[in-house]
Amino acid sequence: MGTATEIAPSAAATYTGETIVNDLVIEVATSNGTGSQSANLVLMRSIFRMGVPVGAKNLFPSNIQGLPTWFTIRANGDGWIAKRVAPDVFIAMNEESVEDDLAKLRPGAVLLLRTALKGFLKRNDLIVYECPFDEMVKDVDVKLRKMVVNMAYVGVVGWLLNIEMEAIDAAIHKQFAAKAKAAEINVVCARKGWAWAAEHLRKKDPFLLRRLDKTKGKIIVEGNNATALGLTFGGCTFLAWYPITPSSTCAEALIDYLSEHRKDAATGKATFCAVQAEDELGAIGMVVGAGWVGARACTTTSGPGISLMSEIAGLSYFAEIPAVIVDVQRMGPSTGLPTRTCQGDMLKAYYLSHGDTKHILFIPKNPKEAFEMGSRLFDVAEHYQTLVFMMTDLDLGMNYWMSDRFEMPTHREDRGKVLTAADLDRLGQFARYKDVDGDGICYRTLPGTDHDLAAYFTRGTGHTERATYTEKPADWQRNMDRLARKFETVRRELPPPEEDLTGSPVGVIAYGTSDEAVAEARHLLRLEEGLETDYLRVLALPAHVRVKEFLSSHRVTYVVEQNRDAQMRAIFAAEFPESASRVRSVLHYSGDPIDARSVVEGIVKQEKR
Amino acid sequence: MATATPTSTPTPQAPAVNRLNRQLPDYKGLPSTLCAGCGHDVITGQIARAYWESGVEPWSLAKLSGIGCSSKTTAYFLSKSHGFNAVHGRMAAIAAGVTAANRRLALIGVSGDGDTASIGFSHFLHTVRRNVRMVYVIENNGVYGLTKGQFSATADRGSVRKGGVDVNESYPIDCCALAIEMGCSFVARSFSGDTKQLLQLLKAAIAHPGMAVLDVVSPCITFNNHEGSTKSYKFAKAQEDPLHEIGFVPHFEPMLVDVDPGKTKVIDLPDGGKITLTKLATDYDPANRAGALNLLAQDKIERRFHTGLIYHNPSPSLSFIEQMGMVDEPLATLPQSSTRPGREVLEQVMESLS
Repeated sequence: MGTATEIAPSAAATYTGETIVNDLVIEVATSNGTGSQSANLVLMRSIFRMGVPVGAKNLFPSNIQGLPTWFTIRANGDGWIAKRVAPDVFIAMNEESVEDDLAKLRPGAVLLLRTALKGFLKRNDLIVYECPFDEMVKDVDVKLRKMVVNMAYVGVVGWLLNIEMEAIDAAIHKQFAAKAKAAEINVVCARKGWAWAAEHLRKKDPFLLRRLDKTKGKIIVEGNNATALGLTFGGCTFLAWYPITPSSTCAEALIDYLSEHRKDAATGKATFCAVQAEDELGAIGMVVGAGWVGARACTTTSGPGISLMSEIAGLSYFAEIPAVIVDVQRMGPSTGLPTRTCQGDMLKAYYLSHGDTKHILFIPKNPKEAFEMGSRLFDVAEHYQTLVFMMTDLDLGMNYWMSDRFEMPTHREDRGKVLTAADLDRLGQFARYKDVDGDGICYRTLPGTDHDLAAYFTRGTGHTERATYTEKPADWQRNMDRLARKFETVRRELPPPEEDLTGSPVGVIAYGTSDEAVAEARHLLRLEEGLETDYLRVLALPAHVRVKEFLSSHRVTYVVEQNRDAQMRAIFAAEFPESASRVRSVLHYSGDPIDARSVVEGIVKQEKR
Repeated sequence: MATATPTSTPTPQAPAVNRLNRQLPDYKGLPSTLCAGCGHDVITGQIARAYWESGVEPWSLAKLSGIGCSSKTTAYFLSKSHGFNAVHGRMAAIAAGVTAANRRLALIGVSGDGDTASIGFSHFLHTVRRNVRMVYVIENNGVYGLTKGQFSATADRGSVRKGGVDVNESYPIDCCALAIEMGCSFVARSFSGDTKQLLQLLKAAIAHPGMAVLDVVSPCITFNNHEGSTKSYKFAKAQEDPLHEIGFVPHFEPMLVDVDPGKTKVIDLPDGGKITLTKLATDYDPANRAGALNLLAQDKIERRFHTGLIYHNPSPSLSFIEQMGMVDEPLATLPQSSTRPGREVLEQVMESLS
């Protein structure tokens, strides 16, 4: 085992050419199921540990083993870590994709090319380092070689870009925290890569990383993990789910957190129930059953799942039963691209089910917000006695994000308007769907309440204030009007949008994971085009009145969305039709996360028209 | 032989009350809106009586149903119990959520052959697999009544649709056989025309500590009561062949009659209640799983209509709630102090992610 003193200095020690410091994108092309994810996370964490802001996007196939996968790491000293296309440094490990990979590189890009693939190189406008990665680890046990060859490129790229070996060591130990032996082997392989590079390479590219202090106190976390933690601290007592990419890791993380932290101290018994359902219809059925009785109940799913849940979503709305759905959006329609991202379920989720149905949507932009919103979903569902969605996406859910630490929720839980047996004694009467307070939100009782007045009959059919069956037009319309009134109460009380106003006549609206790219795009528009923009980010639906004011107070507003059909814009057009002619779209729907350049181009093109 | 069968008829003093001092009207519901003479209404009456005689607090019970004529009936009994007339076919799934949220709630689900054997078939089977503790009544008439007479999946092959033209060629689904296959520990078949048997089966099902499935043939007098139907009142009445005479003694009542062990089998339930099965024409052992499946298979081939306790597993698997290892208090009413982990937990997680 080498020690730190035996490590050769990195390329930065002797390199004298032009430099680009702390501003680069590294992309690694490997094959899935080969352990490359570990190597790539080590690379990301190493840069993070040097205090340099870092973002990562994993582009992986809907497959278990053997298909091409690309991992992109963006390091940026100014904190711009949204996706950026056209990598600066490309590591080619996978024969299956190498031909296309090399053809797509921008001129002047740096290429670390696995020696076995050198026959595929047909260009002379790249900065190429041919690397015999397999040779570097040839004396490692053959069973492990396929897995650890990836760690060799971590060492090589570390030497080349000046990633500190101590940071790599620490990142490896973090990655393999539970497996000390695996950690040691991986450290050895990273060092073999580093040593080989120090001996055989001469740096001829400008990219370097240097220590900063911009990641102190931060964490690296996947959004699904953050959501699960939010649901845990939000008091989740019931989960029913059906496995579906990209939401499964959210349910599994939630089960892990609940199993570890939600056992009764005295008895060791669970203060929750988690069920893997037979399908999404069963999952949402169980959630609505549990919510009816008073559990804080949720399910996690993705687009195909919400399509199946549609009918019971309407029951939740109409019979006014609290329920929570986390929709980790993936690219549709149909089975679509299960491992690619989009914001394509907005319209569907907002109006999910037949008839006049509307739901509350929360749209977090990053893991911290997924945690914070996740911890409030049950309060909102129980307060308004309705279905609440949290709309995340694959980019947020399954990618690793640098994030501020999550803060302990301090709010008291909100169980909504629930009458107890004592309340019923005092009141002497109970009508389930009577708008006593004028806010559209009625009082409910929980099944099992020890009182002869407690019972009512829950139904998805027409009902009176006393929950009896009715087909009378006046009864039906009165109830629908009250539900609409409740929705307006919701609109007033949901979190207002986040705004950054500069006085510009040009507005930009975005939501969810587009935020980072839009922030960078606004920076680029100012820098490159001299175009100032105002910004509004929608945090929840129904949209706050500030959205209406923003739309009507700007000459033009660009709504940035990761879908084809401008779904949020359609919702605005329905709810704020007076501003519809002032709204334009910037749309991104390739399955890749949105990048700032696409937003800039989308706006500039339309501004010049 | 009726005198040998113990029953639990309340003392005939007016007004009759149960052990909770409640009268039968406390267990009634709204007037039925089904067709006059519908078999379902007979079942409704027996359900109300069964809960009354079992001394179940109405507020401690939840009534669940899907969509269809049968599913409407939960409004017609036990108005003092919370009812949930949900969407078509999903009642069984909803039941799992209901029981998880409050393990102290007693549950009855009322469904039909369309609701259970077609649109909700998967949920039915999976809920049986999970062994959700509930009384699951299938009011089986072989026909879709509310949409005016289409065949259901339980219609026998060769049965004729009203009007005499359409003949069902599809193989019928036997919910009893499938329930046994899925591990159900209490499977019964009855007939709405046999109220005496039905009442005893219902009371036994209420006492059963797991999922109890009752497939009750309940003729649709409007759309499936004609010649050529195998679910008509006339056909069922003529063909019904009880496997035994069934009695039930709840745990809070003494066994009043001495039983002859040569004729009557006594099944002891975990709560102290007793099911008595008195032999009729042939000896039938409901604890024999293979025998029960064989009986049902032969019934299908020979178009027989055996009723009674078809299968009972004296040592059933854990109920859904028991499998989940949950706290004794209902999840629904756990306070924030039980459901929000401490600050140190969040700090520990943050540290692990740094």
